[in-house]
Amino acid sequence: MMRNQKQQEAPEPPPAAPGNESAGEAAPLVIADKVKGALRLAAVSPQAGRLGLTPGMALADARARIPHLRVRPLDAPSDQALIERIAEDCDRFTPVVALDPPHGLMLEITGCAHLFGGEGELRKQLLLRYRKAGFHIHASIAGAPDTARALVRFSRTPYVRPGEDEAAVRPLPIAALDIPDTTRTALSRAGLKIIADLADRAQVPLAERFGQVLPLKLRRTLAREIAPVHPRRIVPICAAERRFAEPIAASADIDATLADLARQVADRLSERREGGRAFEASFFRTDGVVRRISVETGRANRDPRALLRLFHERMETLADPLDPGFGFDLIRLSVPSADTLETTQVSLDGAANMKHALADLSDRLSARLGPRRVAHFAYADSHIPERAQRYAPTLAASLRPTRVCARPRSDPGDPPLRPSQIFDPPRYVSAFAEVPDGAPIKFGWRRVSHIIAHSEGPERIAPEWFRDPDDAQTRDYYRVEDRHGRRFWLFRAGLYGESATIPRWYVHGMLA
Amino acid sequence: MREELAKLKAQLAAHEGLTGHELAGEELGARGGGLFSLGAKSVDAALGGGLARGALHEVLAETVLDTASASGLASVLAHRAANGRPVVWIRDDGVCREAGMPYAPGLAEMGLDPDNMLLVFARNGLDALRAANESAACDAVGAVLIEIWGAPKALTLTATRRLALAASLSGVTLVMMRAGASPIPSAATTRWSVRAAPSSPAMANAPGLPVCALTLQRHRAGPAGHTWNVELRRENARSNAGDSDDEIIRYDACLGDAPALSGGMVPLPSGRPHDAEPETAGGAGTAARRTG
Repeated sequence: MMRNQKQQEAPEPPPAAPGNESAGEAAPLVIADKVKGALRLAAVSPQAGRLGLTPGMALADARARIPHLRVRPLDAPSDQALIERIAEDCDRFTPVVALDPPHGLMLEITGCAHLFGGEGELRKQLLLRYRKAGFHIHASIAGAPDTARALVRFSRTPYVRPGEDEAAVRPLPIAALDIPDTTRTALSRAGLKIIADLADRAQVPLAERFGQVLPLKLRRTLAREIAPVHPRRIVPICAAERRFAEPIAASADIDATLADLARQVADRLSERREGGRAFEASFFRTDGVVRRISVETGRANRDPRALLRLFHERMETLADPLDPGFGFDLIRLSVPSADTLETTQVSLDGAANMKHALADLSDRLSARLGPRRVAHFAYADSHIPERAQRYAPTLAASLRPTRVCARPRSDPGDPPLRPSQIFDPPRYVSAFAEVPDGAPIKFGWRRVSHIIAHSEGPERIAPEWFRDPDDAQTRDYYRVEDRHGRRFWLFRAGLYGESATIPRWYVHGMLA
Repeated sequence: MREELAKLKAQLAAHEGLTGHELAGEELGARGGGLFSLGAKSVDAALGGGLARGALHEVLAETVLDTASASGLASVLAHRAANGRPVVWIRDDGVCREAGMPYAPGLAEMGLDPDNMLLVFARNGLDALRAANESAACDAVGAVLIEIWGAPKALTLTATRRLALAASLSGVTLVMMRAGASPIPSAATTRWSVRAAPSSPAMANAPGLPVCALTLQRHRAGPAGHTWNVELRRENARSNAGDSDDEIIRYDACLGDAPALSGGMVPLPSGRPHDAEPETAGGAGTAARRTG
């Protein structure tokens, strides 16, 4: 029977992890941070720890004890970035990796352990990998996340057999429950020092005295209840991966691997009668850097060739190309989102094929240029010209509501009333009108003066009071043609006499 | 040495002949004719029926201020070439900046079909050309309209030849609109130059149907150099009766011969020297803006 197994690792000492070890012999190193106006030790090196320094101690006290102390300020963002990077790299062990603040990671290894030759072997490989990289790290495997967390912090038991979780945590101090300091103090004053003291008591009085949090934490730590793990990344619907004993770097090898993975993923999707809407290739470098490249498709797709073309398009246009460094030792292709895709029969008239061919074309263009740059016209029910239409990315096509058609509003044989090109936002022009609220007779735009030969207007468009801010202005639109036949769509924002400022003129579009 | 050169030249000529629209015409036999009409009788007659499908046609805006007219004309050409199939409209950021963004309600009024368009906004000329190549190779596409601002480095004779080849192989018609630039050697079957022209005003001095002065600068298969004044029209409703949903009315964009202007107006092209002054000013304006 499968059981949930959580694994937790805690790099220690947390902030000053790698690199500083060799220099540590010269003077004990501590990391200090300002806590409520006083500098306190946030972390200490093993050497400093042996000298009796502990995190939380005031820096002044520490200095008084050991004058030749080396002090570095705490750099929380870098710590965070480092732990994120480790979490990213842990993706090679399981897709469900969660951050466990402040310095831990929670890995759900259910169903993954056999790939590494069992849970113990997985733990060994993980420890070896990060110890080689210079981290002080501990890991525990248990049946529930809170159990694993308590064990890794307070007993460092490497592995708990299924069903023995409760026995393993009973001797731990109550601090392992991860409860507020005030609760902990109150409990220890009452003589309740270890988890076993609490575990055998009735829960109701505890809840009445300390609130619901304590019984909850207790249940979770005793593995009577399993807390959900929130993975950092969406768990893919399916994935295929390949590990290399010898890291690969040649682009031909990478292409061949991708092609093979694409076929595997296509087979799995086909079994599920699904097609992917998004695909992600993860390249795990030997030095722990993970590069992810994702492509999306406008319709569910599982054609390996189309998929490869999309990845090629995407990789060709990367601002920073895929850098293999010392090589990739793991390449994974995963499908974060998918839709139903039944096997279809190719129709004889080819109409469906045409539709698919166009969808594939727009996928490729989106992969190359970016999803926002390939679009369809979409319409909204608004009489404000720039709101009446927008550009809906083709990739999001299925999310689009039913399409309204653009209908001509002029009678057949009459000139168009709307411009074919629109400026958003409208461009400011300096215009002159014969009478203040009349049609313009001349306007200057982009250093060219246009003398208006024909004009039609005004077409008054009032702001949408239910959407616009209060100071939105009524626009008077004029369709004008200059002496050379260039046609513009001008408007005056605001009415004369309405406010103290003189209404300004804008060009909103150009007509063919 | 010289003989070898002559031999190579002959080979090249033979190759060009093959990749030209003769081959396209052959392949297009099954796809319903190798020519599409523009709608304006005088232009169609001069072209011998219309323009070739599955070929590259170039439309140049005479000045930056004619970009909207050139784009309008190019989109009508693409629409007519596509004949109901989807049009891929590729526009680079330069054109978006100078001429604005395509506006569906206005395009619908011209008789185009905005709901059957795939819009591609390319960062620059190179991206636009790549997207055009990709689209031209897709035979589900009716026509590709590519709009490029200025003269990007990527736009070379080779690049246009590649486009023309892709068009002839797939039967997709390519219309390339260029603005803010002068002509370069290209493999286009035809090259048009477009300038906005005064319309014949409607009632109450309102602007009439858009008119363009259209010059056929270059034509591979016929004489060139003629200028026409054409109107951009929306053809009368064309209902597809017989279908179950015969209520649907379809519109069609086309060109029409512009009526002669009334006496009061300066006739074209004698008005051109008159135009020169603001046009140069416009050119200088763009240059200044680009550097500023």
